[in-house]
Amino acid sequence: MAGASPTRNWRRSSAEMWGLGYNAALVATGAGLLGAAAGITGTFLVLRKRALVSDAIAHATLPGIALAFLVMVAFGGEGRSLAGLLFGSALSAWLGLLCVGWLTHATRLSEDAAIGAVLSVFFGFGILLLTVIQSLNVGRQAGLETFLLGSTAGMLYSDALTIAVGGGLATLAALVLRRPMLTAAFDPGYAVATGLDVRRVDLAMMGLIMAVTVIGIKIVGLVLIVAMVILPPVTARFWSNRVDRVVLIAGVMGGLTGLLGALISASAPNLPTGPIIVLTGSAGFFVSLMIAPRRGVLAALLARHRYQRRVHLRQGLLALAHGHPVYERFTLRLLSRAGLANPDGTATDKGRAAAARALLDESRWQILRADPAQEIAASHYDGLRPIETVLTPDQIAQIDTRLAPRPLT
Amino acid sequence: MQLGLAAQDGRIVASDDGLTAPLAVRGLTVTYGEKPALFALDATFDAGAMSAIIGPNGAGKSTLLKAVLGMVTPVSGTVHAYGQPVREVLDRIAYVPQRATVDWDFPTRVIDVVLMGMARELGLLRRVRQDHRDRAMACLVRVGMEHFAERQIGQLSGGQQQRVFLARALAQGADLYLLDEPFAGVDAATEKAIVAVLKSLRDSGRTVVVVHHDLATVSTYFERALLINTTRVAEGPVATVLTPETLQATYGGRLAHAQLAQILG
Repeated sequence: MAGASPTRNWRRSSAEMWGLGYNAALVATGAGLLGAAAGITGTFLVLRKRALVSDAIAHATLPGIALAFLVMVAFGGEGRSLAGLLFGSALSAWLGLLCVGWLTHATRLSEDAAIGAVLSVFFGFGILLLTVIQSLNVGRQAGLETFLLGSTAGMLYSDALTIAVGGGLATLAALVLRRPMLTAAFDPGYAVATGLDVRRVDLAMMGLIMAVTVIGIKIVGLVLIVAMVILPPVTARFWSNRVDRVVLIAGVMGGLTGLLGALISASAPNLPTGPIIVLTGSAGFFVSLMIAPRRGVLAALLARHRYQRRVHLRQGLLALAHGHPVYERFTLRLLSRAGLANPDGTATDKGRAAAARALLDESRWQILRADPAQEIAASHYDGLRPIETVLTPDQIAQIDTRLAPRPLT
Repeated sequence: MQLGLAAQDGRIVASDDGLTAPLAVRGLTVTYGEKPALFALDATFDAGAMSAIIGPNGAGKSTLLKAVLGMVTPVSGTVHAYGQPVREVLDRIAYVPQRATVDWDFPTRVIDVVLMGMARELGLLRRVRQDHRDRAMACLVRVGMEHFAERQIGQLSGGQQQRVFLARALAQGADLYLLDEPFAGVDAATEKAIVAVLKSLRDSGRTVVVVHHDLATVSTYFERALLINTTRVAEGPVATVLTPETLQATYGGRLAHAQLAQILG
């Protein structure tokens, strides 16, 4: 580390501006960029419903890493060149991908079975090779196993640069290919009919996932990298119904996850970076699962509860309007709490007025729904919504001319 | 010169005429495993007409559309559109698939689905401009769905979804429209809206081909019909094609006489 060059000094000082050690700053930057790239490319994979293919890709990198090490040692090197190892991992991941594709298309195996087969065979072979390498005692093999769970201890500036460039290229390619990938994901039959080569689009998408996987295994490890591809899109899906926003949110979410996870793991000694990043992402997922508006669990429970009360109130009012007794105690409680009914089930003055309004509303809706020309307005009927929110006053007056005349009392 | 099955059982089943028609199918055989879904099928669809493809379940109606569009690979036979192999002219063909093939929870709005119809024109990099959005809205107006543009696609009823897919086909600006059971499971208002759009397409010289399952409406909606049951049973103007004999030949004994009387008026 002696003889620091001017660039090196500059890098050091800019890293220390963050108030972090040099290594921690590098790791945080790298993990953030990786997370953003994985989140964006992963969105297309998840929308195509092929999220697990990324797990097969990740596990299929292992024999490539081991073989690349052996090849480099055979040519007299130390076998530790990161570029060489990543090249090897990319080759075997691609082979695994082709195997999944072949098994799915040429045999009767479904894709999930093909993924399971490829994942376990490649991973098993990789572990076997690692064991052989240990017994050979050649090259500088210490650290090969860190590709399993990731390691950031000796991360170099060039490693971060690899992630930045590779992740940037993968993101760019994903944005260029977004339309064909989304068409193929939404409606594959239509995509083929418009002349799109869906198999090539799928292959390109897998290629992007593979690129992200290969550049990410150094930090997160091949066992856990799948989480960086899948968690950001499923988290983002909670927050939007628009695909462009889902992609954007997934990118931001992935980036933040990587950055925060790396910073947390740097905050105390001996916290493993990969697992902490994945747990950070999981935390984001669980929070979204709970509190997201509309699609979240709490929102769904709340909406259901609110809806149930409205249904009970409306049914209670209609029963009062028809002079029927209200049997359900929950309904009765709601009615009397709102001052619409007495505890014995008879309507109060306020309740009679509300019941008459509910009945009028319901009768108007029935006329509207029987008219085929009013289909769009009628499609808003849900048994609860006041007709005034759908029709203008003169339209309602029109309907009222068709109401059955009330008997004079 | 295309090769195809020229004769079967001593009858001439293919000739070269009609190959410049909007859609000409010659000697088409498609099999799933070893059981043919279509066998040596010939069909010609004329310009400026609405044609129905009719047949019982499993007769190969949907398979015919899929083979035409290259979604399944035929064992033999050729498909020409406007005198060219169909792959060359896919940009002039619009397809409305059966509703069941789509992921309804996909994060996409109605307007985005219609814009998907302009994919060829937008290419990979071009941005969606106001002009594109205006044209997509115009397509939604034609199917009566303009008030639903911002809705997520899964929040619509079945009939409304079907109309959105028709709007996507309209956005392609195609000359030949292939629809797979567009009236299956839709409400009366949707059926009316779709028929009106298809008739306006026909009146502007476009060709419309519909896989249709409701024999009762064939003669009100369509000018021409193709009756198939793995092979072609009959083809031509509805008035001459829909006879008790052809219907019995297409549907076997499954059609009761009462139904026949109703269909044929």
